[in-house]
Amino acid sequence: MRFKHVLGLICAASIAVALTGTASAQDKTVKIGAIYPLSGNAASAGVHGKAAIETAIDIINNAHPELGNLPLAKNAGLAGLGGAKVEAIFADNQGSPAVGQNQALRLITEEKVVALSGAYQSGITLTTSAISEKYGIPYVNGESVAASLTERGFKWFFRVTPVASDFAKIYLDFLKDMKAAGAKTDNIAIVHENTEYGTSVASVITSVFKENGLSIAQDIAYSANTTDVQSQVLQLKDKKPDVVIMVSYTSDAILYVKTMQALDYKPPLMMADNAGFSDPSLIKTVGKLAQGIFNRSSFSIGPPGSPTFLINEIYKKKSGDDLDDTAARIMQGFFVLCDAIDRAGSTEPDKIQTALKATDLKPDQLIMGYRGVKFDDKGQNVLASGLVIQLQDGENYIPVWPKDRAKTAPVLPYKGW
Amino acid sequence: MSSILVQVIVGGLLLGAVYALFSSGLTLIWGMMNIVNFAHGDFVMLGMYVAFVVWTLLGVGPFLGAPIAALVLATLGIIVYFGLIRSVMKGPMLAQILGTFGLALLLRYSVFWGFGANFMTLPENLVGGTYDVLGIRIQASRLLAGVVALLVTLGLHLLLTRTSLGSKMLAVAEDSTAAQLMGIRPDTMQAIAWAIAAGATGIAGALIATFFYIAPTVGETLGIVAFVTVSLGGFGSVPGALVAGLLIGVIESVSAYWIGAVYKDIVVYSLFLCFLWFRPQGLMGKS
Repeated sequence: MRFKHVLGLICAASIAVALTGTASAQDKTVKIGAIYPLSGNAASAGVHGKAAIETAIDIINNAHPELGNLPLAKNAGLAGLGGAKVEAIFADNQGSPAVGQNQALRLITEEKVVALSGAYQSGITLTTSAISEKYGIPYVNGESVAASLTERGFKWFFRVTPVASDFAKIYLDFLKDMKAAGAKTDNIAIVHENTEYGTSVASVITSVFKENGLSIAQDIAYSANTTDVQSQVLQLKDKKPDVVIMVSYTSDAILYVKTMQALDYKPPLMMADNAGFSDPSLIKTVGKLAQGIFNRSSFSIGPPGSPTFLINEIYKKKSGDDLDDTAARIMQGFFVLCDAIDRAGSTEPDKIQTALKATDLKPDQLIMGYRGVKFDDKGQNVLASGLVIQLQDGENYIPVWPKDRAKTAPVLPYKGW
Repeated sequence: MSSILVQVIVGGLLLGAVYALFSSGLTLIWGMMNIVNFAHGDFVMLGMYVAFVVWTLLGVGPFLGAPIAALVLATLGIIVYFGLIRSVMKGPMLAQILGTFGLALLLRYSVFWGFGANFMTLPENLVGGTYDVLGIRIQASRLLAGVVALLVTLGLHLLLTRTSLGSKMLAVAEDSTAAQLMGIRPDTMQAIAWAIAAGATGIAGALIATFFYIAPTVGETLGIVAFVTVSLGGFGSVPGALVAGLLIGVIESVSAYWIGAVYKDIVVYSLFLCFLWFRPQGLMGKS
């Protein structure tokens, strides 16, 4: 027994020595914490997000002169820090705000990361960014859209993605155009999951629509990890709305699509708010049952040879799938963070924060179709924008709106299967 | 309106039959050994993956997938019994809980590692399409799951009440020392119970896979309902689990339709707690 104790002590000591050893050997790497749902119901999105960050790191740490004006691509490593390499420390939020918060704490206090990115689900971005705020560590988010995140007066939180209110305006203008083209859009139903993401997006859409004289006739909230959605689909079937807007994660979105087919229900126009309906695994499994669904996006793969096309090729090797909007936004967020660290020329939190505030990226420096990246006092990117895409053939989303960025015209009514 | 309400109730019954189907294996283990198998939901998940693999490799649906899933899971059940359960049963209650919980995580993350996090589904019309009976839509895949739930329940019930194997199993459940004195080997009986329970769970998984999504975490989503179904039905009572499953399915459907989907769990669980207040042994359990 005593021998075991001694052995344990020796092991612990050698591990400690090994850890400090690696820490000093890695002086030239910049450690960034990345918190994503790598298990739990949203794992599919999280695993794709992880591949997106690994792609970004590949581009940053190796020379990629073929990628045009994309910052950090031309040379290997961060030029501002003498060619230092970037390393992501991934942490699994398990789909739980509490777990995410613990992981943020661990990354900051134990892994000593210089900045954080993550955490996909708005409800978890909410708790993880509260920790980074407390410790004064920069946090850049590329994908969570709940409005509340940048309304907390945080000094260390920066968000690159368009937010719910931007999308609500896109939906509104799009529906107005569809109405002008002869579609009925008077009776609108919104179906949303009931955590921070679904609730806040639904309430923003409702208020933006209301301000513009459109009312939401039916509001259906549900829990994302539900076993059954028949009743919700029947509620829709009973009220027969002209437009159904879905705010869902992946597992629930798959159930809705399957149940709608089983109960033979098709709204004339169905729109999705990204998330679940952008997940490549949804398109692979039930895409053929949701032909004609509209979705929002700020990303398109682009013509062969274009930077986004080449980036997609690198990403595809890592994940096996094409880059979807959510993963691309995660990647964009990570690029913005690394660009700021590079310009700061330092890993001091204050200097990174100052550099983030001074961010001014032009459209040709981005992988997303934003008008640029520039943060306001709240940390929100004011140049973020989006477009409407449609899953016309059940396999690929195509940009259909606004006209100047559309590849083809929107097709109505919703075809389903 | 009224035809939609009928559809809601029919949908609830079919959902309830599925709850009953994936709870039947759990109730057997629970009743036989007083062990709560926290890995039960993940057994269902494995059954779904077996059906998926069978379909991918052989291109056939659950008619072959379900028997294969039953065999695979029954084998796993025996391995789990001899490899884990037999030793943790000698330990304190906490060891049993943590043992099966650890098993759940092991299974979940092994599948995660082997198949990835992506969601998968079986093709829509693997088990026929959807029937339209007087305007009420009934999915063939759910109907099949419902019918099999009835057959499995009936089969398990007859096995336990009408066969000598069943009597021996019940004898072990009642008093394993006394059973041993009568020449029954508790080890063999309990291994058989695990094989049957896991096999039934495999069938359930293979059938649920025909209309549900398949993912490594699906066991978490389905597992909780199984525990509620079993405790409402009465620990160890197979017919009880059937009635409880149907009841929960209909209550969920109707309350989700009338009051709203976010409130259905509140309705189900408050009724459940009230019921246990008056009848802690469940619908058909022995007090």
